[in-house]
Amino acid sequence: MNLDLILGILQIVLIATTPLVFAGIGELVTEKSGVLNLGVEGMMLVGAVSAFIILVITGSYFLAFFVSILSGIIMSGLFAFLVLFLMSNQIATGLALTIFGIGLSSMLGKQYIGTPIDGLSPWFFVIFSFLIVFLVSYFFYKTKAGLILRAVGESHNSAHALGYSVIKIRFLSILFGGSMCALAGSYISICYAPMWQEGMTAGRGWIALALVVFATWKPERVLIGAYIFGGVTILQMNLQALGLRFPGQFFSMAPYVATIIVLVLISSNKLRIKLSAPASLTIPFYRGR
Amino acid sequence: MNSLFPSIVSRSQSSGLMNFFVPIISIVLTLITGSIIFVLLGFDPVYALYTFFISPISSTYGISELFVKATPLALIAIGLSYCFKNNIYNIGAEGQLTMGAIFGGGIGILFHDTNAFWLLPLMIFVGAIGGALWGLIPAILKTKFNTNEILTSLMLVYVALFILDYLVVGPWKDPFGYSFPKSRPFSESGRMPLLFDGLRVHFGLIITLFLIFVSWFIFSKTIFGFQLKVSGYSPKAARYAGFNQTTLVFFAFAICGAFAGIAGLAEVSGPIGLLYRDISPNYGFTAIIVAFLGRLHPIGIIFASLVIALTYLGAEDAQLFLQIPSAVGFIFQGLVLFYLLGAELLINYKLTYKKLL
Repeated sequence: MNLDLILGILQIVLIATTPLVFAGIGELVTEKSGVLNLGVEGMMLVGAVSAFIILVITGSYFLAFFVSILSGIIMSGLFAFLVLFLMSNQIATGLALTIFGIGLSSMLGKQYIGTPIDGLSPWFFVIFSFLIVFLVSYFFYKTKAGLILRAVGESHNSAHALGYSVIKIRFLSILFGGSMCALAGSYISICYAPMWQEGMTAGRGWIALALVVFATWKPERVLIGAYIFGGVTILQMNLQALGLRFPGQFFSMAPYVATIIVLVLISSNKLRIKLSAPASLTIPFYRGR
Repeated sequence: MNSLFPSIVSRSQSSGLMNFFVPIISIVLTLITGSIIFVLLGFDPVYALYTFFISPISSTYGISELFVKATPLALIAIGLSYCFKNNIYNIGAEGQLTMGAIFGGGIGILFHDTNAFWLLPLMIFVGAIGGALWGLIPAILKTKFNTNEILTSLMLVYVALFILDYLVVGPWKDPFGYSFPKSRPFSESGRMPLLFDGLRVHFGLIITLFLIFVSWFIFSKTIFGFQLKVSGYSPKAARYAGFNQTTLVFFAFAICGAFAGIAGLAEVSGPIGLLYRDISPNYGFTAIIVAFLGRLHPIGIIFASLVIALTYLGAEDAQLFLQIPSAVGFIFQGLVLFYLLGAELLINYKLTYKKLL
């Protein structure tokens, strides 16, 4: 193994892992406030397709990312309205968001399949992904607002009694999660691929959800988890390229099997999960007017 | 004077009336939203809705197709209600369906030149085993290792799909298939008998109705059904009553997996007749909507499966006659679930207008 090869692989791992970091950190903030949003995959797809379409129409990268993030805010706003104001079941609502997102993205993107675009260099986003993780970590553990957000996720009744607006804080956390998921999606369709294809996020949204559990709800550990998954994905591609005599489908399974194994290892310690998970996760807040 | 916005007040008891009306409200709201979407796309909404919801079922063939699509949806949804009643979120029915098709279809391929009465029952049985085994993996991981079943059951969908893909391009590829990724066709006795000549509706419908009846019996007349319901409403009460939660999780996953497996086998031995890559247009995921829309009740699920099956047929017709991408069907499915979940508020809460003065 020469140095160039190692550097090359390292580059590919960095580029491939970045969307997992974005989606994972977004979902982590949402879950820290006590809301589980299973719509990550749907929001990523809508974010990916809206960025792609805007780029094709206007040619402006800025507008593409802007509209994409806006789409994430709208999608997650819809989710937030249902779970916060109508107190709907968070798990079912998140699933509905994913199904809706799959449908919406394939309908909007139908005529753009195969349209060529000039991809954008991913390096700005790779650096930004590290930055955002440290910003979130700083926000959670060094600022008062971060402390309040965590308090809402641990015990919404206590936070409410102290005079904090549980609904407002959760709403903003959900919107942040949505915009990060959309950013992850647009990164895939504009920097990583760059193209549009139906269902192109290929389950990364679900892996991002698993990452939050892996990270035991701690921001920096999202990075570690994301790079383990990213590494496994790239490793299987490279082994496959080396022509190992082993059917390709078994390599393609690797990231999903790895996710299951890692989840099992992390959650088998019941106490650790109980202590790290936000205590109010998935429990709706009813003020009882 | 009354305030402009209603305030939400908790009900002391869930409203049975609303339990019945909420699905209907959500379907009506979906139709209204659907017509708005069609107008935005530049279509006459009446004509578009007619193309989507009426014309697909205005012939005998269309009604038969409706039942072909509703069969797997209803069967998986009734299986899912064993899980959902107990607050177990098995969302990997698509994988369990695929495994059922692989196991049962494997028998069909093994005996591809055998014509005997026992072949189809054996395929159905082995298909059910395959689905149940795949469903038991998240059950074991949940009970032994405390692992969240939502994520594991979903990851197993991808794994199952890759296994199917491997089999149909590899060891099970049809030697006379001109290298298309598909298996040998099953023998005549390995196919689901058709119920009517010239229509595709098949014996799977009878199996589905039978299993729905059995499930109705289990839910309403047996101690197991009662335990499922109680531990869903209140895990604490179930623990005090001494119900074994581990056993309940195992049974719920095994039954759901078996039903999804039978649905998968019924697809490949019914309309398809062999194994290939895309055996299911997301039936396993869409059945989640059917289960919720049917409010986990056997009769409700039958109606919900017909409604959702219609979105599949309507999407195909919309693509054919209006050049609207068929993905619009998924949009309708997502919308109906959104409205349903939002309107569920009316079951446990009521809206009242406070007097301001």
